[in-house]
Amino acid sequence: MSEKPKFAMYWAASCGGCEIAVLNIDEKILDVDANFEVVFWPVAMDAKYKDLEAMEDGSILLTLFNGGIRNDENEYLAKLLRRKSKILVAFGSCACEGCVPGLANLSPAEEIITTAFHTVSTDNPNGVHPQPTYKAPEGELHIPRLLPVLKTLDQVVEVDYYMPGCPPESHQIAAVIDLVIQVLQGKAELPPKGTVIGAGISTVCDECPRKRNVKTIKSFTRIFGQPLDPELCLLEQGIPCNGIATRSGCGARCPSAGAQCIGCYGPAEGVLDYGARLITAYASVVDANEPDEIERILDGIPDLVGQFYRFNLAGSLLKAGQTAWKPNGGNGR
Amino acid sequence: MTGGNGQKPVEERIGVYVCHCGSNIAGMVDVQEVAEWAASRLKHRGVVIGRDYKFMCSSLGQELIEKDIKELGLTRVVVAACSPHLHEKTFRTACERAGLNPYLCELVSIREQVSWVHTDRVAATSKAKAIVSGGVERVIYHAPLQPLRVPIHPATLVVGGGIAGIQAALEIANAGYPVYLVEREPSIGGHMAQFDKTFPTLDCAACILTPRMVEAGTHPNITLLTWSNVEKVEGYVGNFTVTIRKKARKVNTDLCTGCGICQEKCPKKVIDEVYEAGLGYRKAIYTPFAQAVPKYPVIDVENCIYFEKGTCKACEKFCPTNAIDFKQEDELLTVQVGNIILATGYDIFDARKISNYGYGRLANVFTSLEMERMCNAAGPTNGQIVLRDGKTVPKAVGIIHCVGSRDRNYNNYCSVICCMQSLKFAHLVHERTGAVVYNFYIDMRTPFKDYDEFYQRILEEGTLFVRGKVAEVTDAARLPGEEGKLIIQAEDTLAGKQRRIPVDMVILSVGLEPRRDAKEVAKLFGISCSANGWFTERHPKLDPVATMTEGIFIAGCAQGPKDIPASVAQGAAAAARVLGKIQQREIELEPVRASVNQAQCSGCRICNGLCPFNAIAFHEDRMVSEINPALCQGCGTCVAACPAGAISGTGFSNEQILAQIDGLLLLNIGEEAIA
Amino acid sequence: MTNETFEPIIIGFTCNWCSYRAADLAGTSRLKYPPNIRLIRLMCSGRLDPTFVFKALANGADGVLITGCHPGECHYLEQNYKALRRFHLMRRTLKGLGIEPERIKLVWASAAEGVKFAAEAAAFVEEICALGPLQWGKPREEPSHREIEEVPA
Repeated sequence: MSEKPKFAMYWAASCGGCEIAVLNIDEKILDVDANFEVVFWPVAMDAKYKDLEAMEDGSILLTLFNGGIRNDENEYLAKLLRRKSKILVAFGSCACEGCVPGLANLSPAEEIITTAFHTVSTDNPNGVHPQPTYKAPEGELHIPRLLPVLKTLDQVVEVDYYMPGCPPESHQIAAVIDLVIQVLQGKAELPPKGTVIGAGISTVCDECPRKRNVKTIKSFTRIFGQPLDPELCLLEQGIPCNGIATRSGCGARCPSAGAQCIGCYGPAEGVLDYGARLITAYASVVDANEPDEIERILDGIPDLVGQFYRFNLAGSLLKAGQTAWKPNGGNGR
Repeated sequence: MTGGNGQKPVEERIGVYVCHCGSNIAGMVDVQEVAEWAASRLKHRGVVIGRDYKFMCSSLGQELIEKDIKELGLTRVVVAACSPHLHEKTFRTACERAGLNPYLCELVSIREQVSWVHTDRVAATSKAKAIVSGGVERVIYHAPLQPLRVPIHPATLVVGGGIAGIQAALEIANAGYPVYLVEREPSIGGHMAQFDKTFPTLDCAACILTPRMVEAGTHPNITLLTWSNVEKVEGYVGNFTVTIRKKARKVNTDLCTGCGICQEKCPKKVIDEVYEAGLGYRKAIYTPFAQAVPKYPVIDVENCIYFEKGTCKACEKFCPTNAIDFKQEDELLTVQVGNIILATGYDIFDARKISNYGYGRLANVFTSLEMERMCNAAGPTNGQIVLRDGKTVPKAVGIIHCVGSRDRNYNNYCSVICCMQSLKFAHLVHERTGAVVYNFYIDMRTPFKDYDEFYQRILEEGTLFVRGKVAEVTDAARLPGEEGKLIIQAEDTLAGKQRRIPVDMVILSVGLEPRRDAKEVAKLFGISCSANGWFTERHPKLDPVATMTEGIFIAGCAQGPKDIPASVAQGAAAAARVLGKIQQREIELEPVRASVNQAQCSGCRICNGLCPFNAIAFHEDRMVSEINPALCQGCGTCVAACPAGAISGTGFSNEQILAQIDGLLLLNIGEEAIA
Repeated sequence: MTNETFEPIIIGFTCNWCSYRAADLAGTSRLKYPPNIRLIRLMCSGRLDPTFVFKALANGADGVLITGCHPGECHYLEQNYKALRRFHLMRRTLKGLGIEPERIKLVWASAAEGVKFAAEAAAFVEEICALGPLQWGKPREEPSHREIEEVPA
């Protein structure tokens, strides 16, 4: 091979954990270097957008794109990388389904800026408020504009593969890198376009060691403040564990360690709306037939949107809260 | 991030047929426009032909579809006409005749849901288009299905040995098929065995019932299991496995000859609350009545001196065949049956609940069931109608109708039999005591053959009728002539005044109620019952003895209050339905069923408790759930509940419904076409 | 679409055994109700997946009517209670998203209740008219943001 295939990784609206997770694959990272030429990876190396713009379309073999699309810079880079890449992977929960930054879709964009710059938790004595353009002595400066809502990568460009997780488990990343290298060496074939890679097709319960029974929920409770059976299914103990609806692949790390699954691997294979699966499953086993009693039991889950859509709001069917679409509560009223 | 049902390229060839239904649809919907619109605007969705026709359900209309399937190579058919409940089968059959799997046809309703309920032609036509569009999107995701075929085991379980159950068992046994007849009391016969005369013919209940009981008891095809309860029901139509607990009789029935010496010698008298309605006694070892079938007694362990104190054994001592077996244990039997008939009967309304009628407090207030026993020549008074003291013959008797029935405080429904039962008592009291009889009624209900004639006869006999609801029965005398009497205070709505009528005896014609354990029984057999506990029939008019659960039928009062002829008719009807199934040898079930994708199932067990038909089994070894297709009734609740999306349902799949939503919202056509 | 001429689109889910037959009966009885409601037949209200409701609301419906057999009368014994529980949790979740929970409504209607079905359908259309269009997924007017694509529905 005269020239190594090119590799890129980009970080849009995300926390950076996905980048750390890639580094967490330990010595496997040397295989990446051995098999790929890293051409664009702002976190790891210096690169300019203009270098990327200058590359030939389709010249990058593999791009791992993490982060959601929150501003016009994210959107531009997503489109640019799509053009330059043969294989574009939505890498990590943010790119796949919006993740925690997607929860900002419950608020209008201005409110996000106001909260960040003008609330008590912010020390901003001069009342600085970000402007899209600023005339500095050196010339006009631009900062990216927020989009009304955060979008997932596939709501902006076509995506070849999805790799879920917040962040994706390092052993899964290593396995995917191994696979790509095998494909390069002609020893394996790529899965069909649109496949979710680096994860299972079932849900976390599939990997969870806890014992389970026929479920009925008489009340929901929180993980702290009471003794829990270390071997019994958390949901059966009233802990709203999302493992029932969350894609397998993490090895059931949270429930194994005594914490409920919060759903970072997103929905299982073929599922259209992650939160809907949890809503229907929880509700189905609520042990009450009277509206008041049902309401009383449901009171046990204080933040429903957080519970059902912590990682999935931007990728859900409804995508956002009403105010993100219509800041005044909407409907022209 | 997951695909769902986007607008995937459509390879199907779809025919859309819009029915005029004469002017029923065409009068409000521009059917021609709908058909043309479908052919043009939904062309990219696979619609190759759109036709409208005067009557799609006519043979010519059906031929139109058949011809297109053959000539245009249609792979899917959408008919926009009436409700699928009317003609779904018609059009499915037409497709089948043309070689297309019948389940690839979708009938959407633009008559009941559009033309008949809307008044604006433009809006109605737009809605019809949306409905057709929904049907087209849905039909793309239809899958060819095959009906499920299951063999029918020729044996039948009949639960309840009253007249309805006996009738059902005899019909099936006489047709040559085996029957297990389970009765929880020591003898079959049910309530009818307690009665004296039966209305309106006044023939003796025992005379007509006991031959049937004997026939059932000796029939080679009937296995009689009295003193037994059904404990568990598994399986599905054609193939139920039923576990029956045969309670220990403490009598070896192989040795017992039914001579009755044990009952004679038993020193323990017990008030008989069941058969004698508390008016008479039985022994601790007993058969409920002389003509009991089977003839073998049972030992009532709770009252037997031996089981209480460890000594006595009088029965054992005197038994000429050594049939008494104090060590006998309950026995669990497992039987295979193809169908089940539930004829579990009724309980009577507890008259104590209406305290102002004084039952249980005023000695000479009787219930109708007590009255039946009192009238019965073999009963506790040898057929004498007397007051609670056992000797005084009443001179005036009041009979109160609708006790616990047609009363929003107790039961809203009419118990059907009380009017006729009250008339019967009026006649018997009159005949045997010569007493003056007053009947207090709300409305007289005597609707069946010879019933009203009976009413006329009682009127002519001189029974007095007061139309009005009785407020109170009291022994507190206020007026002269009331001392020592029971006074019935009632509003006479015909005379328009309050009346106080002193009598010696009051008979409460108590209503019928579902068995106290009806709901548990319904759950055990996986059928539904109404809020108060009557078993629910599949259709109140057209399918009165079938239930929603295939292979389980109901007969007699378990389904609702009814008289003996109706119970017998239902027993026979249920038997006929069962025989029909047995003779088919195997039956077809609708292929609307759920199934679990085993690779995707995480074994979370959310679905496990959701199926009332116990169709979902959990395999501990593989940690996955699985659905038994023959048990599945196709409701789709588990499909909707599965958090992993691992359960799918045929006929009403996610893809079908999501696509229909898209279609109904007209997302499949251009913006400008949205009405 | 302005409020004066607002014609809402409502998706109605019906149970094959009760409410669908009630709708049929409303038809055979020639009862009238507004044409804004479009029905989908399910075998049971227990089949109702919240996905269907969210999909309808996300894709242009202004309201969703869910109908089933009366409590205690479910054709499949008790599945309508599952629908009831899901309905409660769906409403709470919609509220969390800022969508008026009244945009989804649960109505019990037996096969005999054609009159009730027609009346409930008409009442629900009125209620949704009062709430106004949902128009989910249409980005708000934001002239300062040029060149922003519409969020795909």
